[in-house]
Amino acid sequence: MIQTLLQQIINGLVVGSVYAVVALGYTMVYGILGLINFAHGDIVMVGALTALSSILFLQEAIPGLPPVIYFLFGLLVAIPVCMAVGYTMERAAYRRLRNAPRLAPLITAIGVSFLLQTLAMIIWGRSYHSYPQLISTAPLQIFTGVFVTPVQLLTIGLSAALMLALVVLVTRTKLGRAMRATAENHRIAGLMGVDTNRIIALTFIIGSGLAAVAGVMIASNYGVAHYSMGFTPGIKAFTAAVLGGIGNLAGAMVGGVVLGLIEAIGAGYIETWTGGWLNSSYQDIFAFIILGIVLIFRPTGLLGERVADRA
Amino acid sequence: MLIWGAPTMLVKDVSPLLRLRDVKIAYGQIQAVKGIDLELHAGELVSLIGANGAGKTTTLNAIAGTLPLAGGALTYCDEDIAALPAHKRLRAGIALVPEGRGIFTRLTVEENLRMGAYSRSDDAEIEADMENVYRMLPRVKERLAQVAGTLSGGEQQMLAIGRALLSRPKLLLLDEPSMGLAPLVVEKIFEVVQTVLKQGMTVLLVEQNATLALEFSQRAYVMDGGKITLSGTGEELLRNPKVREAYLGEAV
Repeated sequence: MIQTLLQQIINGLVVGSVYAVVALGYTMVYGILGLINFAHGDIVMVGALTALSSILFLQEAIPGLPPVIYFLFGLLVAIPVCMAVGYTMERAAYRRLRNAPRLAPLITAIGVSFLLQTLAMIIWGRSYHSYPQLISTAPLQIFTGVFVTPVQLLTIGLSAALMLALVVLVTRTKLGRAMRATAENHRIAGLMGVDTNRIIALTFIIGSGLAAVAGVMIASNYGVAHYSMGFTPGIKAFTAAVLGGIGNLAGAMVGGVVLGLIEAIGAGYIETWTGGWLNSSYQDIFAFIILGIVLIFRPTGLLGERVADRA
Repeated sequence: MLIWGAPTMLVKDVSPLLRLRDVKIAYGQIQAVKGIDLELHAGELVSLIGANGAGKTTTLNAIAGTLPLAGGALTYCDEDIAALPAHKRLRAGIALVPEGRGIFTRLTVEENLRMGAYSRSDDAEIEADMENVYRMLPRVKERLAQVAGTLSGGEQQMLAIGRALLSRPKLLLLDEPSMGLAPLVVEKIFEVVQTVLKQGMTVLLVEQNATLALEFSQRAYVMDGGKITLSGTGEELLRNPKVREAYLGEAV
């Protein structure tokens, strides 16, 4: 049915645009440090839960404001908090491992991920929190049988705006030029007067700010938040970054959207394809099948030229 | 007309622009530079010659701040700079054109040049200096939008020098600028070096091509096995039989 396909394409674009935003954080850090920051997904969680607490706080303190104000307030608190967490993570954990064997920072990243989840569990508890539906989730019919919700539209719009802003930053500004120069060669960038430690810290800060927005969008779409909610989108976004070519910004964006579409279309049809043996709750297998296929047949990804030669 | 740097000091008996005192540099346990003394006065062209592995590149990298000292003192403009990171030394006026050129191969030629001016914020002056670089290196101008990795070796060397000049250094460190280049290109590079000297810059040149280096330099140091074994004016060293035998490829 054409309606199912269109509906799944819309759903795929929504998830895919969030994957893309998170994947940018992975790929920027990889590009500049050769590090796969497995704690990046947990920044998504910190963003969602920080926004939740701030929204609940403001609703308590000043009730009766328009919902969008609460939403924006949550976002405006979550972004700097995540940036601070990202900065701290680089400064405290990764900086001193800059010249260590490549396995050390990778294992540290997994450790940081556990640490963030445990801290979140202490702060927010182990239960699922229902997320306030501040942006309407009432479906609008755009074609017969094809629906889109305002929160979905906002997710796509906000993600697209963030991606555009990042591309402009990286390709058109002095800071972006310094980031690309540092990614290519730290030592030479230093010889040009670039404080590479600062550029690396900023890379973490920018990536974490993007992850904060992604976290709020994910929680707003699904209506729940939880201390381990960052794991799955983190792994999916990592897959998206590898699919597009890790280290490559355009690759992360293309990879995110492509992965979202494959997942959504797969989820829509898996029951038909397997004759009812598997249903849409198995949708996560697509990401990992793709990760496997890419790593075997095209480890440089769709757009990448550089082989992911570091752990 | 003064384009690049601070005015040259005409008096030589002022304190040197750069002074190395008993400088030692090590890679882990291996000492590559074993206590050297070296001085550079404003406006001079001084070369550091010697065989492969003598410690010349190591010395330049330590002056530029990409390698730490294992001992000794490094002063620049009468200030101890041994603890300054590379990016702060660049801001203080020390620019290195590294061995192998160190071009950002994935950036365009123009972006590479603009990286040279990264530490500056005087936009109008930067544009004027970019024009100067184009005048000095016309081949670079024809390729501004090209990704720098596609340039030939000679073009990359020109770009690396132009990029270093855009930081408006007082002290330019050149590491093997003639390496692997055709004689005509080498000649062009030495013309550029002469131009920047006339504009008041101080240059420390590391060269394997000792004849060429000595002909151009006011003074030179000969390094061997991590130590300075000889020093003198370019002419003296050119006439020195030991130098002729060891570095100029002559049997005496």
